[in-house]
Amino acid sequence: MELITAPLITVPLTIEQPKFKVMNGSHSLNPHIVVENLNIFIKGNHILKDINMTIPDKSITCIIGPSGCGKTTLLRSFNRLHDDNVDVKIKGKLFVDGEDIYTKDTEVTHIRKKMGLLAQRPCSLPMSIIDNVVYGPRLHGVRGRRKLYEIARHQLVAVGLWDEVKDRLKTPASTLSIGQQQRLCLARGLAVEPEIILGDEATSALDPISSKTIEELFVTIKDKYTVVLVTHTLRQAKRIADYVAFMYMGELVEFGTADQLFNHPKNQLTKEYISGGFS
Amino acid sequence: MLKSRLLKDRIARHYMLTATVMAIFFLFLIGGGLFLKSLPIMQEKGLWTLLTTSNWRPFKGDFGFASYILSTLYVTGIAIIIALPLSLLTSIYIIEYASPKILRAFSSVVDLLAGIPPVIYGVWGTLTIVPFISKSIAPHFVEFSTGYSVLAAGVVLAIMIIPLIISILMEVFSAVPKEMREASMSLGATKWQTVKKVVIRKSIPGVIAATVLAISRAFGETLAVLMVCGNFTDLPKSIFDACYPLPALIANNYGEMMSVPQYESALMFAAFLLFFIIVLFNVISRLVLIQIDKRYQL
Amino acid sequence: MNTKKLEEKIFKGLMIGSSLLIFGVLLYILYIIIKKGLPSLSWEMISQIPSGGFYLGKEGGILNAIMGSLYLIFFSVVISLLISVPVVMYLNFTLRKKSRFSAFARLTFDVLFGIPSIVYGAFGFTIMIFFGLQASLFGGIIAVSLLIIPVMIRSIDEVAILIPVELIEATKSLGATNYETIKVIVRQLLPGISTAVLLSVGRGIGDGATVLFTAGYTDSIPTSLTQPTATLPLAIFFQLSSPIEEVQNRAYSAALILTVIILMLSFSARYFSRRFSKNKI
Ligand SMILES: Nc1ncnc2c1ncn2[C@@H]1O[C@H](COP(=O)(O)OP(=O)(O)O)[C@@H](O)[C@H]1O
Ligand SMILES: [Mg+2]
Repeated sequence: MELITAPLITVPLTIEQPKFKVMNGSHSLNPHIVVENLNIFIKGNHILKDINMTIPDKSITCIIGPSGCGKTTLLRSFNRLHDDNVDVKIKGKLFVDGEDIYTKDTEVTHIRKKMGLLAQRPCSLPMSIIDNVVYGPRLHGVRGRRKLYEIARHQLVAVGLWDEVKDRLKTPASTLSIGQQQRLCLARGLAVEPEIILGDEATSALDPISSKTIEELFVTIKDKYTVVLVTHTLRQAKRIADYVAFMYMGELVEFGTADQLFNHPKNQLTKEYISGGFS
Repeated sequence: MLKSRLLKDRIARHYMLTATVMAIFFLFLIGGGLFLKSLPIMQEKGLWTLLTTSNWRPFKGDFGFASYILSTLYVTGIAIIIALPLSLLTSIYIIEYASPKILRAFSSVVDLLAGIPPVIYGVWGTLTIVPFISKSIAPHFVEFSTGYSVLAAGVVLAIMIIPLIISILMEVFSAVPKEMREASMSLGATKWQTVKKVVIRKSIPGVIAATVLAISRAFGETLAVLMVCGNFTDLPKSIFDACYPLPALIANNYGEMMSVPQYESALMFAAFLLFFIIVLFNVISRLVLIQIDKRYQL
Repeated sequence: MNTKKLEEKIFKGLMIGSSLLIFGVLLYILYIIIKKGLPSLSWEMISQIPSGGFYLGKEGGILNAIMGSLYLIFFSVVISLLISVPVVMYLNFTLRKKSRFSAFARLTFDVLFGIPSIVYGAFGFTIMIFFGLQASLFGGIIAVSLLIIPVMIRSIDEVAILIPVELIEATKSLGATNYETIKVIVRQLLPGISTAVLLSVGRGIGDGATVLFTAGYTDSIPTSLTQPTATLPLAIFFQLSSPIEEVQNRAYSAALILTVIILMLSFSARYFSRRFSKNKI
């Protein structure tokens, strides 16, 4: 990583809220996830600083920024995956569907059911392909072989994996290739009928072809889901993002539509970053 | 210069190979040696009679091992029934729920317990478990028990193998990748559901391996058992009766065996039996593990 | 939904309960051993051999057993090192990574690891009869070596497996022979080997069943390999079976001494393995 020169850091950071008005009508513009003054400390280090952002539903929002800037930390806070880590302290508010998810009474499993998570490396559970897909529905009380089979078929078709695996649904998921496993993980996430799909560099471990397949899947499903992706390549963000958040050193530098952010960045840092000044 | 370096290399290679072959050979040497030694009694009495009768009168030439074999199985069985659930519960708690501080403290405790020699467990057993069974437990069930019993041996053995099992299980559970737990939780599973359906499932081979090791250890334990089992040849009628496992039989009689014909061969047969069962058990469990790996690729 | 929460609560309760139970048992064992052993522990106990016979004599200590155990374990560890280290080096750094022979060898050592100590004792005894030997320090050394070789191999193998292939390749690419490479690796593995030694010492010193037939028991300190040798576990075992209270008390303090030795070994093993994992090889 190339370090940027010191004076740049002292540039006052203006945080742009997305300007929904300028959007053309194809997207409904309801806020789905709202982050208010989110601060996260890990082992006493201030990792996320005063994050404010509004993520609109039924669209793809990409979070970009140099590595170590806090993208993963932010994404994981959306479905409270920091809960089990005693080193992490979280301050601020996070609303999903207008409901504050960091209150005492919030049912964590309920929040997590609303969001499917795709990790950097696909992580299949130690069971068969079909059991992987119906793991979530089973947890949430769906019973009956036929019903579960239908769910599995439906979701595997949705991620384009059905034809490849329909003859070996009972084999261990770990026998699939990495690219197939990532699609399986997506199917597994979709099977709990979430509203939001979170992806953390979900294509970075994949070969170009699988990577493209997943990318296209994101574009297909955004009619029904809110997709939030941490992307490791600017090019990917340019290809698929509707909205882009640029983060730097724990702060949200700029948030806007893809067009705004890539073509008319307001902030000096953003300009440098998207023109490849540092990575 | 190069020549001497290469020579050294050759010598070292031969030495390492010899050591390895020798170490492997021990297993066969031990098996073969014990087999040869027990051959006379097997030929004289027949394997079936030795294994299925329970008359034990060395001076009259009766050698029936049934009650010793059953004693060994009872004691090992009780030990595992007590030890396995406790070890599973404890290691899951320590790895999945407890704070790092407790984790550290507990691994020291487990290490310490695992290091304590059998004879110490035996001493402790005679001082605590035996009187406790005799005075507080047995009276509720049977008329009289000295406390030196199947139960005492099982409990002492259980306490002895628990640290062994836990120390392996703690490693097994912590080897389950964090991402796998997160994948399960992000689908809305609770912690306990994740443990039950993912962590334990993933760890099944490790749990089997730990159990096999624990059973092997319990099966052949001598002094700790000898000190609390009562050493009484008749078949135990309840867990409060004394019993006489194979290792104790061997240990108790080595002194006099030289003076009675066939006695030595009979005791070596007992040792061979222990050896054979352990080897068989370990090999079978290995095959099972390979099958599990093939079929489920956990 | 509520039954799920209840289930988790119940199991969590059970888990905490069993953890506390196990913690409590350790404390209880230590408490009993200290309570029984401390009163008759004295300087005499560790500086004198028993007088008037170990089974009947009321005077003296257990120096015979302490020294016997030390002699026995020292020679056994040396012999075991001479076999275990080359074995592990051969399996990991001379053979190919996934050779069938090494898989077979590892299975054999795992089985040997599970063989009960009484079997090693009995086998050692048959060998001694075969060669016409009496119970002696020598016989004990053979049996204890057999017992701890698998322990050592297993424990050194565990750390040797972690050595990155790059290190081996780097050394070999500098033109080092296999033997020279292994010398470098052994130096790297020293902390791991120390841990293995401490573990084996603990196992060997504490096991009574192996030495029961092979080393025998005596009141004096052996002066040659052919003399019988007392050991700590057997000192505890035999003296406890004596009808005389003073002798029994000597067994209790022998138990305390053995426990203290084992605890010290265990602590140093932890120290070594922690240092080892900090260095990350
Ligand atoms: N578990 C953790 N313990 C300590 N520091 C952490 C932890 N997780 C993240 N961090 C720190 O938080 C910062 C942001 O990390 P991350 O969110 O992973 O960045 P990104 O995903 O943008 O590369 C980094 O400086 C990292 O060192
Ligand atoms: Mg990241």
